[in-house]
Amino acid sequence: MTKIECVIRPEKLDAVMDALGQFGNPGMTVSEVKGCGLQRGWKEVYRGVESTIKLLSKIKIEVVVKDETVDQAVQLICRAARTGEVGDGKIFLYPVADVVRIRTGETGESAIY
Amino acid sequence: MRKKMIGACCLLPLMWLASSGIAWAADAPKIDSGDTAFVLLCAALVLLMTPGLALFYGGMVRRKNVLSTIMHSFIIIALVSVQWVLFGYTLAFGPDKLHLIGNLSWLGLIGVGGAPNPDYAATIPHLAYMAFQLMFAIITAALISGSFAERFRFPAFLIFTLLWTTIVYDPMAHWVWGAGGWLRNLGVLDFAGGTVVHISSGVSGLVTALVLGKRLGYGREPMVPHHLPFTVLGAGLLWFGWFGFNAGSALAANGLAANAFVVTNTAAAAAALSWLCTEWIHNGKPTILGAASGCVAGLVAITPASGFVTPLSAVLIGLIGGIICYFAVSVVKAKLGYDDSLDAFGVHGIGGTWGALATGLFATTAVNPAGANGLFFGNPGQLWTQFIGVITSWAFAAIVTFIILKVVSLFTRLRASDEEELAGLDLPMHGERAYDYIS
Repeated sequence: MTKIECVIRPEKLDAVMDALGQFGNPGMTVSEVKGCGLQRGWKEVYRGVESTIKLLSKIKIEVVVKDETVDQAVQLICRAARTGEVGDGKIFLYPVADVVRIRTGETGESAIY
Repeated sequence: MRKKMIGACCLLPLMWLASSGIAWAADAPKIDSGDTAFVLLCAALVLLMTPGLALFYGGMVRRKNVLSTIMHSFIIIALVSVQWVLFGYTLAFGPDKLHLIGNLSWLGLIGVGGAPNPDYAATIPHLAYMAFQLMFAIITAALISGSFAERFRFPAFLIFTLLWTTIVYDPMAHWVWGAGGWLRNLGVLDFAGGTVVHISSGVSGLVTALVLGKRLGYGREPMVPHHLPFTVLGAGLLWFGWFGFNAGSALAANGLAANAFVVTNTAAAAAALSWLCTEWIHNGKPTILGAASGCVAGLVAITPASGFVTPLSAVLIGLIGGIICYFAVSVVKAKLGYDDSLDAFGVHGIGGTWGALATGLFATTAVNPAGANGLFFGNPGQLWTQFIGVITSWAFAAIVTFIILKVVSLFTRLRASDEEELAGLDLPMHGERAYDYIS
């Protein structure tokens, strides 16, 4: 099992959720996050005084999939979240030792979906 | 020459009205129910300005300081309300001593009752006049808090505010509005508080900001408003309440009140437009914070003039006021490097100064026979008189505020500790947060 953690543009959230839904995985965790990278910050002007905002708003999605579907899931996310401009985000993959469904106590792959 | 003739023509009705006023004052003062209802409602409108100011300022600070900032305005309503009843009103408006301060004969409002006081307002209960003036004392003290937001220690703030209201506001109100006050005798025109309210609070704010020093990270870290919709709502409440402030200063439901109402709205609107357009040209974007700030700048600028100028003059006073205040907060503040957190000085100190001087330019006895003509209506001397009022207000507010801060600092620390400031004042100082993250 692998955890896919992707940081994407906020406006691409719906597209990525749709893509993962078509792939057949309804479970995910979504957070509003801030971060910085190649995209840099921008300037805001309040009462004529300029402030540089270094942290940009992004969306982080965490989803756990079976190992055999990781490549397909990553491809779907890339296709849905890509604009081609700097700032499209990143995808990180981590091995998952186990999964437990709290309600039933099931473990392993059957606890993912 | 022509202006002089206009001036002379305006003097004739003034003399007639002055003489008829003397004859009329000989009658026993009689309460007018319309005037009384109007002034009491206006007092309530002015009260609402202070919670409005709390939102206006609260939206502009960072989220960790929003409650402490709102607290400044809100608790001043309570503090000054009690001070005013106990001894503030008699110091400001009590029977004159040396043209500098009221004596203590109305301590605890003894002798201030339902009968009118013709020195101030002959057709409303003295208590109604007192209540109306109380609201001015409240908002003036609250305005200062824009300069020291995000770093003043609460206990020091309370002591400072009590002392400031007592030894800066009360004497200044007496000088300009009190019967026998020396600036009033000199002929300084201040219809609703350009000197007493806005210059005094703005300049005192600047001094407080300088004495306290800059916020940690000022100029290096972004310090951006956390909730501008609050600020716009606050500006809206200020705009609304300002009708009570200026129109109510006529102290009667009459044509002068209507004039003040109209010029107040006009100047606010003109300044909102001029601030917006100036920043649009200067920075490339029109902002809602700019529109809200501009409207307040216009309200400040028209305040001293509102009982003396025509609506057309109000357009000019507002347009120029918006531009001057914009450059004060965006260029001058940055050049001089002081940290006037929410621009109490830039908007109220500068806007109030412009308004007080503009009164000396645009005032006309055609609007208010009890006033005077300004420079553009044939009386250049009025501008000089206004200038004296401005300089006196600046000097007195600055010096006494500085002394108060130094005295308070002997007894208690003025500024929050670095840890408190970094955490935001809400949690360490008040033990509460505006926004819960997990619930």
